This record gives sequence, structure tokens and C-alpha cells, in this order.
Amino acid sequence: MFDLNIGSYFEIFVLWLKDNFDFLFDFIKNVLEGSINGIEYLLNVIPVIILILLFGLLAWKVSSKGVAIFTIIGLLLIDSMGLWAETVSTLALVLSASFITLIIGIPLGIIASKSDGFDRILRPILDFMQTMPAFVYLIPAVLFFSLGKVPGAFATIIFSMPPVVRLTNLAIRQVPKEVVEAGRSFGSTSKQMLFKVQLPIALPTILAGVNQTIMLALSMVVISAMIGSGGLGKIVLRGIQEYKIDLGFEGGLAVVILAMILDRITQGLGDINKDK
Amino acid sequence: MSLIEVKNLYKIFGNKPKKVVLLLEKGLSKDEILNKTGNTVGISNASFEVDQGEFFVVMGLSGSGKSTLIRCLNRLVEPTTGEIIIDGDDILKADKDKLKDIRRKKISMVFQHFGLFPHRTVIANVEYGLEIQGVEPQKRTEKAKEAIKLVGLEGYEDSMPNELSGGMQQRVGLARALANDPDILLMDEAFSALDPLIRKEMQDELLELQSKMKKTIIFITHDLDEALKLGDRIAVMKDGKVVQIGSAEDILTNPANDYVKEFVQDVDRSRVVTAEAIMRKPDALISSKDGPRVAARKMKENEFSSIYVTDKNRKLQGIVRIEDASKAIERGEKSLENIIIKDVPKTSPEQQIIDLLPTAKTSDYPIAVIDEQNTLLGIIVRASIILGIIGEEV
Repeated sequence: MFDLNIGSYFEIFVLWLKDNFDFLFDFIKNVLEGSINGIEYLLNVIPVIILILLFGLLAWKVSSKGVAIFTIIGLLLIDSMGLWAETVSTLALVLSASFITLIIGIPLGIIASKSDGFDRILRPILDFMQTMPAFVYLIPAVLFFSLGKVPGAFATIIFSMPPVVRLTNLAIRQVPKEVVEAGRSFGSTSKQMLFKVQLPIALPTILAGVNQTIMLALSMVVISAMIGSGGLGKIVLRGIQEYKIDLGFEGGLAVVILAMILDRITQGLGDINKDK
Repeated sequence: MSLIEVKNLYKIFGNKPKKVVLLLEKGLSKDEILNKTGNTVGISNASFEVDQGEFFVVMGLSGSGKSTLIRCLNRLVEPTTGEIIIDGDDILKADKDKLKDIRRKKISMVFQHFGLFPHRTVIANVEYGLEIQGVEPQKRTEKAKEAIKLVGLEGYEDSMPNELSGGMQQRVGLARALANDPDILLMDEAFSALDPLIRKEMQDELLELQSKMKKTIIFITHDLDEALKLGDRIAVMKDGKVVQIGSAEDILTNPANDYVKEFVQDVDRSRVVTAEAIMRKPDALISSKDGPRVAARKMKENEFSSIYVTDKNRKLQGIVRIEDASKAIERGEKSLENIIIKDVPKTSPEQQIIDLLPTAKTSDYPIAVIDEQNTLLGIIVRASIILGIIGEEV
């Protein structure tokens, strides 16, 4: 049989990237670091209780009173467990990674919906990104960006991008044919078509993709604590390493609460658009 | 001159369109081509003209290519070969900007399932065409309101499409198409998704609107009754070919082939076929100068129980019954004066059969068909009415 060392070829490729594109990785590192630290600073500057109330208000606006109450109680619980700083750090990482994921992922989805060829090429890449065990991304991430938050964010971006690309693509393709024809029959340019017809109609499904992306980002952020991204993941990791059941449970609970709040709020955004 | 001219238009779906056009020209059928090349014939050598202000209906069953044909006119579907001249411009040679302009200013379209933008209010839907042209908001709202008024949807400006019934949604579709003030209206099965009562109402309203607007309308339908009701002229399509073009009556009375004949056999002909089509030349007439003896002899010869009387210019004078003629002969009268019956059943040649039925039921005599000058054109007996309704030759 053949003896193929695909792994070693990949290693050579990664090292080659590291040697030749270091300037690019430095640039990415600066951008990511800047945005994570910026968001974290902003969240820390606002007094805890006001921030909690703001989250409650946001939940009320986009969702319901029940979600608002849950949000406030959940965040108060996190604060009372003494995990506020870690939660804010995790949230900053999730938000900035998700933001970058979305500004790359949504346009990719739009292009894929317009071009069958691009879609065919993109599909296996997305499969790869989605199913490759998440830990594997951590190795080259560390190589490119060394330890810390930035490789965590990088791995998170790769891992959480597929849903939003897929759902944006699907959402635009699912806009009823006759509606698209109507848009064309009135002489829309392709830009008008996209922004006045396709994207608004596709929005609820795209927002479902955004929701999935944020959920995946949150799960990856915890894993990336292994390469020093800190936050709640670090608490969970310490619980494992030091065999502290209480610490592990508290960290895990905080992650669950945060996940539920983010999920309800982003789902609420989708529902608002569906109702309209 | 015609506003729209379509010449030798072909649309082939598949990978060898040019080759298929050659095969079609050689006379292969749609099925043979599908088996041989795997390509589907959408339209095969369609040619027709539509005049300014005409209501032109294209009728055919599903798969006959009618929807493809209408989409070729504004190039939502790109034709394979042929020519489409609209108002002097060859649509198929138009570049992107020109095409955009034609779609914005000249041709609007109404869709079977309405094709409304679900995220926009009624008025925002109607404004869409003007909005993308960059018309300023105030002016486009004004025009949109006019169009909404025209289709009778005042008061629903701020509703969302999904809050409206099917009939109302299609009114929005129509208003949206009219807001641009296009010359040509393409209507793709516009009323097919509506239930029958609403459909009838919409047809009547469209006809009324059209009598005011005088747009050029190309209307697609699979419903023969709808085609007959709406169309000034009708094109019948089968397997991508236009098999017959003509007025409703042409198509009913002179079907071009067995396909059309079969298609039209279930139609309610009494509403379409006119007196003119079923009347026949009277076998015998008498002149007002003739006497009762001539009248009696002619009736006996032809086995009539009554006979029509005209003057020398064929103007209708009345009718004479055989029993009255016999009595007049016994009384020794020389003229018809005393026995001629002036009150006879009459109709104009344009009258539809359905309107003749009450007269035919109560009258003892054949119905006289006369023109505006009272000239006798023909007569209609009850048997002709029945034959007219079932579509047999009179």
C-alpha cells in the first residue's frame, strides 16, 4: 500500500505560511486583539448592575418580558458566583469573533447563492471546517498567533463560520422565484435586487444562521481556553485539572446561562423580522 | 403599425439550442427532439403581431410554452433565436442598460402568484418600480396612490400583502404594474390562482379598466372561457407552437386543426357565437308586391308554414302565415296588405346566441337577422341555434 504522510505535508504547508505570511498574521492579530480588548474594556467600564439592566432591556425589546427577567436573574447569578470578569471576557471574545465571522460569512453566502460554481467549491471547504474536531484548529492557531486570546478567536472564527454561510446561501436561494422575477421585470439592477428584494426576504433565515454562529462561537471559546484565551473556559479547565467539581459546575453553569441569553436575544431578532 | 412584432421566435432549454432549432426547422416534433438530444423545446417558430391598445390573449395548456413566450417579451427568459420588435426597438439586441430602461418604462408584468414583496406594505410594493428609477418619494407616493385608487384598494395602503385576500393581492400586483404607466402590460395567468367568483369579478374590472386605459395587454391563460371573454384576439399554443391566431369566434367556428377543435368543444358557445354565424339564407322570400297566391305557392313548395316578405331593396316588411294566405285567397284579395304581420322576431348579426334563446322559445316564426338599415340578412330557425351551441356546421 501507499504510504502517504498527509499530516506532514500539512505541517510543511503551515510552516511555509508562517514563514512567508507573518506580516499578515501580525495584522490579523492586531485587529483581533484590538477589537476583543475594546469590547472587553467597554463592558468593564459600565457598572455591573447597569450592564445587567441594559441586557435585560435589550432582551425585552427584541424578545419578551420572560426572557428579560431570565436575563437579569441569570446575569445576577453569574455575578454572585464571582464569575463576572470571566463572563465579560468570554462575551467580548464571542462578540468580536462572531462579528468578524459574520462580515466574512454573509458575503461568502451571498456569492455562493449567486454562483453555482462557487457554491460547489465552497461546500466541501465548509464541511471540512465544520466537522474537523475543533481542537485541531488550536495547533496552527497557536503557531500563527502564539498563546492567548487571538488564536482562540481565530479558531473560533473558522469553526463557527459554516452555518452563517450555508444559511445565507440557502435563504437567498429560497426567495420565491416569482418575487425575484417581479424584481427583475421592473428593471432592478443586481444591487437593487440584492438589497431591496433578496436580503430583506432572506433576513429571518440569515438571522437563524447568525444565531447558530454565535452558539458555535460560544462553545469554541470554552475549548480555546486550552490555549490560554481565558474567560469562563479557564474556570472549566481549572475545574477539570484540579478536580474541583464545584468550580467546574459553576463555570459550566455560567456558560449555559450566557448561551441561553445570547440564543434568545438573537432568535428574538429573527422573529421580529418574520412578524413584519 | 403593430406595437409588438414577434418573428420566428425559438426558445430551447438545454445544451444544444442551435442544433435543435435546425432539427425543428426540419420538422421534428418536441418529443422526438427530447428523445434525441435531451433538450426541451420551449417555443418553436412563434410569429405574431399585437396592435397598440389590443387585448391579446395567449392560450394553451401547461407545457405549451405560453409562460416562456411572455417571459421572452421582457427577456426574463433569454430567447434562442428570433426577433422581438417593440415600438421599433429590437428587444433581443438591447444591451443591459437599454433592457433595464425598457423594463422600467415600457413593459410591466403581473404574475400568477402575485409576486408581491412580502416585506413591503401595499404602497411600498406599488412604489417599487418608481423607487428603483430614483423618482423622488413625494411624487412616487402620489403616483402609487393613483394606481391603488384605480384598482379599488384605497384604505389598504399600509397593509402587508399577507393580510390581504388573493383577489386583493392581485389588485396590488396590478397596481404595481400600472404605477410605472407602461405601454404594455404582460399578465401571466394573472387570475388563475383566484377562486371562480373573484376571478370573474377581476376579469370584469380589468375589461372596464382597459376600456379607459387602452393599454396593450398580453394575457396568458389556460382557461378558454377566460380567453374568449377577454381577448380581442387569441393565440392558441401547443408544444411551443402557435397553432392559431384569431378572434374568439374565428377560433370557435373555424378551428385550425383537431387540437383546437378538441380544445374548444366544451366551451359555452352560446356566449360567443353570434347570430351571424348561425343564420342562413332564407330558402324562399316573397316581395311585398306579390299577392297571396304567390305566397301560398312558395310556402307549399318549400313546406313552410310562414314566409318572410321584403321590398325590392331587401328591406324587411313582415311575415305571412299560410292559413292567412289561404283565407285571403278565398276572400279574393290581390295584395298581402291585410295579412302581413309586421311584428316579427328580429335580431342584429352581432347578437350572441344566448340572447336569442328567449325569443326563439316564445316565437312561432324563425328569427329575422337584420342590419341597421332593416335589410334582411338571414333567418335563424331553432335547429340552427341548437347546432350553433353544440358546434356543428349550420
